Amino acid sequence: MADILTSPHVGADVQHGKEIDYIEAKKGIWSWMSTVDHKRLGLMYLWAVVANFIVGGIFALLVRITLLTGNHGDNYFISAELYNRFFTLHGIVMVFLVIIPSVPGALGNFVLPLMLGAKDVAFPRMNLASFWIYTLGNLMAIGAIALGMVDTGWTFYTPYSSTTNGPVSLMALAAFTLGFSSIFTGINFIATVHKLRAPGMGWFDMPLFVWGIYSTSLIQVLATPVVGITLVLLTIERAWGIGVFDASKGGDPVLFQHFFWFYSHPAVYIMILPGMAVISEIIPTFSAKTIFGYKAIAYSSVAIALIGFLVWGHHMFPSGQSQLASLIFSFLTFLVAIPSGIKVFNWLATMWRGNISLDTPMVWAVNFLLLFTIGGLTGIFLGALSTDIHLHDTYFVVAHFHYVMMGGTITAFLGGVHYWWPKMFGRMYNEGPAKIAAYLYFVGFNVLFLSQFVMGSNGMPRRYYNYLPEFQPWHVASTVGSWIIAAGLFLALGNLLASLRKPKEATDNPWKGTTLEWQTQSPPIEHNFHDQPVLHRAPYDYRTPVSVDREIH
Amino acid sequence: MLPEQGSQHARNVDLLFMALFWLNVFFFVLVAGLAIYCVYAFKRREGVKTPHITHNLALELIWSVIPTILVIGVFFWGAAGYLDYAVAPGNSLEIAVTAKKWNWSFTMPDGSVYGKDIQIPVNTNVKFVMTSNDVLHDFYVPAMRVKHDVVPNRYTEVWFNAEKEGTYHLACAEYCGKSHSDMAGSIKVVSAAEYEKWLVNGPPEWETMKPEDLGKIAYEAYGCNTCHSVDGSKNTGPTWKGLYGRTEKLADGSSVVADEAYIEESINYPGRKVVAGYENQMPAFEGQIKPKLFKGLIAYIKSLK
Repeated sequence: MADILTSPHVGADVQHGKEIDYIEAKKGIWSWMSTVDHKRLGLMYLWAVVANFIVGGIFALLVRITLLTGNHGDNYFISAELYNRFFTLHGIVMVFLVIIPSVPGALGNFVLPLMLGAKDVAFPRMNLASFWIYTLGNLMAIGAIALGMVDTGWTFYTPYSSTTNGPVSLMALAAFTLGFSSIFTGINFIATVHKLRAPGMGWFDMPLFVWGIYSTSLIQVLATPVVGITLVLLTIERAWGIGVFDASKGGDPVLFQHFFWFYSHPAVYIMILPGMAVISEIIPTFSAKTIFGYKAIAYSSVAIALIGFLVWGHHMFPSGQSQLASLIFSFLTFLVAIPSGIKVFNWLATMWRGNISLDTPMVWAVNFLLLFTIGGLTGIFLGALSTDIHLHDTYFVVAHFHYVMMGGTITAFLGGVHYWWPKMFGRMYNEGPAKIAAYLYFVGFNVLFLSQFVMGSNGMPRRYYNYLPEFQPWHVASTVGSWIIAAGLFLALGNLLASLRKPKEATDNPWKGTTLEWQTQSPPIEHNFHDQPVLHRAPYDYRTPVSVDREIH
Repeated sequence: MLPEQGSQHARNVDLLFMALFWLNVFFFVLVAGLAIYCVYAFKRREGVKTPHITHNLALELIWSVIPTILVIGVFFWGAAGYLDYAVAPGNSLEIAVTAKKWNWSFTMPDGSVYGKDIQIPVNTNVKFVMTSNDVLHDFYVPAMRVKHDVVPNRYTEVWFNAEKEGTYHLACAEYCGKSHSDMAGSIKVVSAAEYEKWLVNGPPEWETMKPEDLGKIAYEAYGCNTCHSVDGSKNTGPTWKGLYGRTEKLADGSSVVADEAYIEESINYPGRKVVAGYENQMPAFEGQIKPKLFKGLIAYIKSLK
């Protein structure tokens, strides 16, 4: 700890008025592969997540192309078996390789220690291990794809997954391995938040991003081991025929669902809380106004994390679980909706009477507000028992969770990337194309998924290769939406990458943020700050003007 | 927005659905309206100082308490509809459902077995008692707003009361592999009289089937196959191979030629003439087998030379 308090002045070399930043501090591929710098690891996560997002997105586009028609016959160029593999891989890649590591792995790693005024995370080597475990899990998943892909659905429901052919065990072990990466990151962030806050920074002086990531980390550490052991049990069942879940071997398939959702429902909050955390940063900064209801937002993150553990049974209303259990789970599900609603109202109240600049990150934040609100509100249909029975396992559910996971988390992630991009790379992207991309994304998203709500309420089951002719117009609309959103995403990515060719001209604090990461240079030096920063101003306090340039070094 | 309504339950569910739809519209317009209003009304101007508002207890209570009351109300509404769905009335007509990749099979109350298309009487409580032979499936009739997983090694139930004649789509709603989306069926709701007629006549393909093929269906449907082999091997009961015209020695020392009369008697009253070397464990089938299938059984036995 002492070394943080007396961080030495390093780097007398001055380039363009700036000191050597963390990217140029060391050279060579090995300096990246063996780095323990949280900022470099954040960048490596960022590129890995982007690459996986492209792969998962291609699977999604293939699924949508297949569904342009609903009567394929036997000789269609994408067979039913292939289609089943595409939607499975889309789900597995997007959940385990993209959304879960996206905000915590990429943005959290980069920003969290900076926000706390720390030199690094609490356990830098463990952070490196976490990245390489992630990479190992990633390679195992690629191996499973190369070995013929899996067709279980991302949920691995038994006994289908215990009996189907293909490298299911390898894929399950890939998810198991990725879980360890998640646990390592979680432990690391919890320790960092507890031990490495800057002097003067009490718990309620932390940026809300930190609260969100902290709550996420709690769930990661507590819930991930359950899915890990569940997938190991599945692998044991497949490898040695020991009946745990397979009814024909004396196992209980519904037990698998309990185990799986005991993790995977909290995992929904592992995915959305970081998204909410990003939005809680962007909205006050671009409204130039203090956050409304700081404690309400902070406590609601923790409340979501805790109540989120008690609602897994709402994935199982028609599964054969006891009716009393369904009633209790439905009730608790409605309770977990309240903290999310409170956050939305707090963000709106923050914008109210603000001084709002609609820069690209704020456009993404408004996208988030609208899309996440639809995602949250449509959850009420699914929390209510009688309507859920009709809508369960239909496109309504597919649309609902895409509004939350993609409309929520991925939208916030993109907003966060645009928000911290100048800090990460020291360069500013072109605002014009960046905003057009955000608008395209919004339009494409709604064309893609609003049509799925209509199909779902009309009774179109999910994971269908062929479908009744009356659904075709909606499927075509949905597929066209997928092309619009793909165009928006490629434009956003291309625009960001193009900025890397520019000189490093970004100012230290281009958005007039109040949190500590804006108080160091862009990109930061290897040790983040020259001296231990001391908190002078509470986050989001705009009572005194925020200087665009550096305040503390 | 919603499929046709086939039952009172469907109308109840739709009422909640539409109430939630308008609740959704109201809150979405509120949130989106406020967000967009703020972006335009409070557009950035240089030199503007924003007010330092950290919280407002009254406002926060309003937007915490009102949604809480609303969702608890929704919970009770949804729970009431769920209990209607979850508990079948005691007087229900019971149909057994077996699901397997990728087919439905229905056993009617009279023991007759049908493939994916069945008929049921209108204005009657019909309960489906379901199990799966392999992986998870899900019995989903959108028009009735009912759905329930079909689980191996376990019986699950679903019921509805169709109030209008018509043909309703049955879908599998739990992913089960390659032909998941083709695992469809139909439930035709007809008058009570037509239902009775349909039961007696059996499925339409029976019209054109040869009697011995019908007999083979009956052989499996009534479980004859568990005790009587057709390949000559010895089982709990005598084999049917070469049975017709054979002279059987009976347990009481007499003997009998297995002609049509003997076979018919032995199906209806198995205990009367038991073949030597076997114990009588067979249930009496008197009046339980449809005439068409009964004739088919005899024709089937005749064909097993």
